Amino acid sequence: MSTSRQLVQKTLGKRYARERRFRWYGALSILVGILFLGFLLVTTVSNGYKAFVQTYVQIDVDLSAAQFGGEITPESIAAANFDGIIKDSLRNAFPEVSGRTDRRALYGLVSNGAQYDLREMLLEDPSLAGGVTPVWLLADDEVDVFMKGRIDRNEPEANRRLKDNAIGWIDQWVDEGRVEKRFNEPFFTNGDSREPEQAGIFGAIMGSFFTIAVCMLLAFPIGVAAAIYLQEFAPKNRITDIIEVNINNLAAVPSIIFGLLGLAIFLNAFGLPRSVPLVGGMVLSLMTLPTIIISSRAALAAVPPSIREAALGVGASPIQTVLHHVLPLAMPGMLTGSIIGLAQALGETAPLLVIGMVAFIVDVPTSPLDPGTALPVQIYLWSDSPERAFVERTSAAIMVLLMFLVAINGFIVLLRKKLERRW
Amino acid sequence: MNQEASNSTSSLLEKDVVDNPDFVTVGTITADDAAMTCRNVDVHYGDKQAIYNVSVDIGRNEVIAMIGPSGCGKSTFLRCLNRMNDTIDICRVSGDIRLEGEDIYDRAMDIVLLRARVGMVFQKPNPFPKSVYDNVAYGVRLHGLTKTRAELDEVVEKSLKKAGLWNEVSDRLDKPGTGLSGGQQQRLCIARAIAISPEVILMDEPCSALDPIATAKIEELIDELREQYSIAIVTHSMQQAARVSQRTAYFHLGKLVEVGPTDDIFTKPTHGLTEGYITGRFG
Ligand SMILES: Nc1ncnc2c1ncn2[C@@H]1O[C@H](COP(=O)(O)OP(=O)(O)OP(=O)(O)O)[C@@H](O)[C@H]1O
Ligand SMILES: [Mg+2]
Repeated sequence: MSTSRQLVQKTLGKRYARERRFRWYGALSILVGILFLGFLLVTTVSNGYKAFVQTYVQIDVDLSAAQFGGEITPESIAAANFDGIIKDSLRNAFPEVSGRTDRRALYGLVSNGAQYDLREMLLEDPSLAGGVTPVWLLADDEVDVFMKGRIDRNEPEANRRLKDNAIGWIDQWVDEGRVEKRFNEPFFTNGDSREPEQAGIFGAIMGSFFTIAVCMLLAFPIGVAAAIYLQEFAPKNRITDIIEVNINNLAAVPSIIFGLLGLAIFLNAFGLPRSVPLVGGMVLSLMTLPTIIISSRAALAAVPPSIREAALGVGASPIQTVLHHVLPLAMPGMLTGSIIGLAQALGETAPLLVIGMVAFIVDVPTSPLDPGTALPVQIYLWSDSPERAFVERTSAAIMVLLMFLVAINGFIVLLRKKLERRW
Repeated sequence: MNQEASNSTSSLLEKDVVDNPDFVTVGTITADDAAMTCRNVDVHYGDKQAIYNVSVDIGRNEVIAMIGPSGCGKSTFLRCLNRMNDTIDICRVSGDIRLEGEDIYDRAMDIVLLRARVGMVFQKPNPFPKSVYDNVAYGVRLHGLTKTRAELDEVVEKSLKKAGLWNEVSDRLDKPGTGLSGGQQQRLCIARAIAISPEVILMDEPCSALDPIATAKIEELIDELREQYSIAIVTHSMQQAARVSQRTAYFHLGKLVEVGPTDDIFTKPTHGLTEGYITGRFG
């Protein structure tokens, strides 16, 4: 009788099965994605978490007045030879050590940055001076790596940079409770360094901050303005078609080419300085502009035309229509596009290499015109360094970069939620 | 047989209108006291002509209804009257359209001012995603029509009252306008249009998305608004045209076939096409 009903019923089972299959495909893809992400996180964290602590050793340092020319004043402290003081103290700790090579090995247990830390300490609190004082000093990176269990003492001595005698001294210190792992403050406050134990991420963070700030200050307004013009005002003709095609093409151009462009224009033609975040930001803004323009145009196009008609209908001018009604509605979408651009820019390395932001820079940049490097470049630099202590620092820097990405994304999502009053 | 005969006459009549480049609108295109006059208006979308040589007046304090089959160009013509068609790139309007004697397509005519003087209510209610209050106040603020907040409050209240919406929204002026029902939204749009005291109000099928009760309310409202404004309304409902309008214009495939007093058009139409359409024989 009702044949169409029977026909439909016959196909139903197949249809539902297909639906279920598609759901499974979807779930599977998500699972694969999560798996890869998890793998990345696990390897990074397991490699890097130890970089957040750092080994310090306690040494009895001879800070008697004699070391400061008899009188302890800020001037005499500033002028004192702390390198010598620390070496003397190390010799005193192990008087039996003799011979140039052994002594050098002994001196090498303490970071050669420790002398500056010690001076800082004394300048801050001169009362420490006046006698023999136990002081916690930054250990050398090999000591740190050893303490973190990454050097096997059973390995043949020739294969280790930390020799048996040094391990003996460390063991003695450990027995005396003179070795301690502390929160690795230098990692978060220092710039780069050749010595892993003194190398920090702060220079790269500031470099990235200035670079991204310049990039966004340029790319967001320019991108949004270009999108508004192209979407709302530009006549639709051959020229705007060509512009559109070119913008889409630019979005797919490899980033290194933008770097070369920046090198040719900003550095060679305009004579801007090398290695500065200002130029880095300018180059990255060239790179992110297409992304921002394309997504902003999509966001503008998604605003229903009825809103435009309503505004024009009560006598708003085209600019007022856009500013009062279209732009607020499109803003969440524009922000989404801009985060994608921002995240891209934050993780970009190649163009920065070309304009010299890969230089070895110890000083933390304090303005966009100071030479600097950026987080991903720092990661690249450290991953290329032979010292073992840099391995964990590389991972730690990746974690910091990921944290920043998460923070930025979270912030923009919140901002978008706030703006998104679609009612 | 009767049916067949009427069909063949209708196609004959249609031929006479559509294929005749010299076709002249029947009835009286002029109003006793015209707020707007349109003469020889042609509209093209790209290469395609949508309006052919239309001449008609919009009378002062009078409702003119525009009826006709779908796609005959009613909306297109209505949108010429406040230059809404300017927003469509491919649309070209020629002819002479005057508001109180001023050519609205003249270079000297300011389009912002024109749209303040000729308000529009659209087919689909399109309140701004803002509060009820801001919806009504937007145009007023835009044109700087009030000086103080109290004045603005007063204009908003008066407009909402005129639109018959005040009682329903007076306690939720700060709530989103998009949260109202369809009929309320449409009345809000009418309030928004009348808040800036236009001279002419254009309505493009304002009731097409509404139920009979909301429709009745808006029809009542249109009748009241007539006392102060000149109104042009596009509608698909013959009954609505008969109820609210004083004059009716019948469009067919881009041509204005017949205009005249509504009573005449509905009781004794002159042109066969008009008769066919209003009696539902074809359309
Ligand atoms: N934006 C546009 N671009 C191109 N052609 C258009 C455009 N708008 C309308 N037209 C054409 O112009 C003619 C008239 O359209 P219009 O919308 O004025 O008809 P209408 O009488 O309002 O119809 P309806 O009663 O269905 O609303 C139609 O043939 C339509 O295809
Ligand atoms: Mg229409």
